Amino acid sequence: MNSAQIEIQLIASLVAIACAIPGTFLVLRKMAMISDAISHAILPGIVIGFFVTQDLNSPVLILLAALTGIITVVLVEYIQKTGLVKEDTAIGLVFPALFSIGVILIAKNANDVHLDVDAVLLGELAFAPFDRLLIGGTDVGPKSLWVIGSILLVTISLLILFFKELKVSTFDTGLSASLGFSPAIIHYGLMSVSSVTTVGAFDAVGAILVVALMIAPAASAYLLTTDLKKMLALAISFGVFSAVFGYWVAHWLDASIAGSITTMLGIVFLLVYLFAPSKGIIAVMYRERQQRTEVSLLTFLLHLKNHEELEERHVNHLYEHINWQKVRARSVLDLAQKNNMILIEKNIVSLTKKGNEFTSKAIDYIITNEDSQIEDMKDDFFLFRG
Amino acid sequence: MDKIAVKVDDLTVAYNYKPVLWDIDLEIPEGVLMAIVGPNGAGKSTLIKSILGILKPIAGSVTIYGKSYEKQRKLVAYVPQKGSVDWDFPTTALDVVMMGTYGSLGWIKRPGQKEKKSALEALEKVGMLAFKSRQISQLSGGQQQRIFLARALVQNASIYFMDEPFQGVDATTEIAIINILKELRKAGKTVIVVHHDLQTVPEYFDWVTFLNVKKIATGPVKDIFNDDNLTKTYGINYQVSIQE
Repeated sequence: MNSAQIEIQLIASLVAIACAIPGTFLVLRKMAMISDAISHAILPGIVIGFFVTQDLNSPVLILLAALTGIITVVLVEYIQKTGLVKEDTAIGLVFPALFSIGVILIAKNANDVHLDVDAVLLGELAFAPFDRLLIGGTDVGPKSLWVIGSILLVTISLLILFFKELKVSTFDTGLSASLGFSPAIIHYGLMSVSSVTTVGAFDAVGAILVVALMIAPAASAYLLTTDLKKMLALAISFGVFSAVFGYWVAHWLDASIAGSITTMLGIVFLLVYLFAPSKGIIAVMYRERQQRTEVSLLTFLLHLKNHEELEERHVNHLYEHINWQKVRARSVLDLAQKNNMILIEKNIVSLTKKGNEFTSKAIDYIITNEDSQIEDMKDDFFLFRG
Repeated sequence: MDKIAVKVDDLTVAYNYKPVLWDIDLEIPEGVLMAIVGPNGAGKSTLIKSILGILKPIAGSVTIYGKSYEKQRKLVAYVPQKGSVDWDFPTTALDVVMMGTYGSLGWIKRPGQKEKKSALEALEKVGMLAFKSRQISQLSGGQQQRIFLARALVQNASIYFMDEPFQGVDATTEIAIINILKELRKAGKTVIVVHHDLQTVPEYFDWVTFLNVKKIATGPVKDIFNDDNLTKTYGINYQVSIQE
């Protein structure tokens, strides 16, 4: 690995961390699309900032462009508040308008501006190490590394200082307001951090990847944990993993770095979506199947409990009486037998003591629907686990 | 009459220039357990939210023990409607109760052992200690409401505002909640509850406010909870039998 490669991975990782932090809160606040709006709408801010400063990494440019991000949020909220259109429509109206102004500005001034539409969309991570920061003639590293590093430092400090406020206002706006933590201040604070991060990451990874880095790691983490701190940690890990691994995929395939990182983010999400232990598709399917079987078992046990007549309890008649297919009836019968809930003597099925108690308890719960009784049932049964 | 806990003067609140509360004058004496009743859209939640400064009125003022709400925040606890939050939020029952302590901590300062201890005590009071580490989406509706109540208890306030605490809870939880509210009143606290079930008003509360955009009546349940006020509030001939 040469130093340029290390620098690119370092920049990509810092961008991933800086994006994952506000991204987690955007996902929890159901505002994922606002990051898309910001990332596109800051383009005119960047172009105008570039006219003024002639330097893509200037702090003035970053603040100017971040201001465009805030304006986007304000405009979206203003249009939405009129009640004439919904929020998603408002987003769809505002950011293409601002983005197109940026595109026109670039096209009109293509000769003097060191910016093109490809770079805007996908970034120029591969070129990042060429633009060095010199202090007193000494090379201290790529400029983008310092830019994103500073932004990350500010983001982490704000996160540590205001974690409690962010949490309460995200979970319960009403309580937050009544306690004196103004939800509006926290909302615009988060929007400002998202905007500044987006601008800082823009040069390195472009408008599209920024959105992916904000949303995909947080969405993956959301499926894996029920703890906000762990969700943040996981989102950061997924982001950094995708950044580094994506870089090497790009290296092997000789393809776009931004594209490879985004692909990795997608693959990570897909794997989590499929295999997450409790919220993943496979776990959910398994649970539903289990619940179906349990309902059948309960129906069957109840049938036995309600019918004393021998003919109703004869193995061969079960198929007709409960109206099940043979395979399903067989598997339910096996399950009941395995759990010592029934006894089969001379092809006559009867409930054991355990089976009898279990049925009463389950029926009791279903009828009364009382919380206190459900608790010990939850351990035996998927059915009662919400 | 005793001290006035909450005083509302000429309060008018509007959404998009359409008044939802019109010229409300209200005095809530200290130490009452009060129901706010009225039809859907009567502005019951809006009244509470305006008192708590969550919504900005277009006219009028609110005082808590004679001072503005901003100055008296720590005297007030609020239980929002259960449906107003996302119960899939990644957090535990204990953590939600801890949020009740944030107000006394103020900005930046973090909750410590002392806050955790009072949160655990509140959980015990509502019979939810065994569920402290449970993710909140894994709780039943009644349990979630108890967690909200515990969060208000932890604020150790003088005045409690609750927005429909009995909505979607089982009978056991309803009794548990009302018993805790009655205990609060016994301890001299003022409790104000947005309430839907008219049948239980005489049994649960000692004070009632009828609201339908305007204030219809307010006072002791035994004096004003009658068919006349119910009919004025709900607009139809309303008849409930009041047990003596």
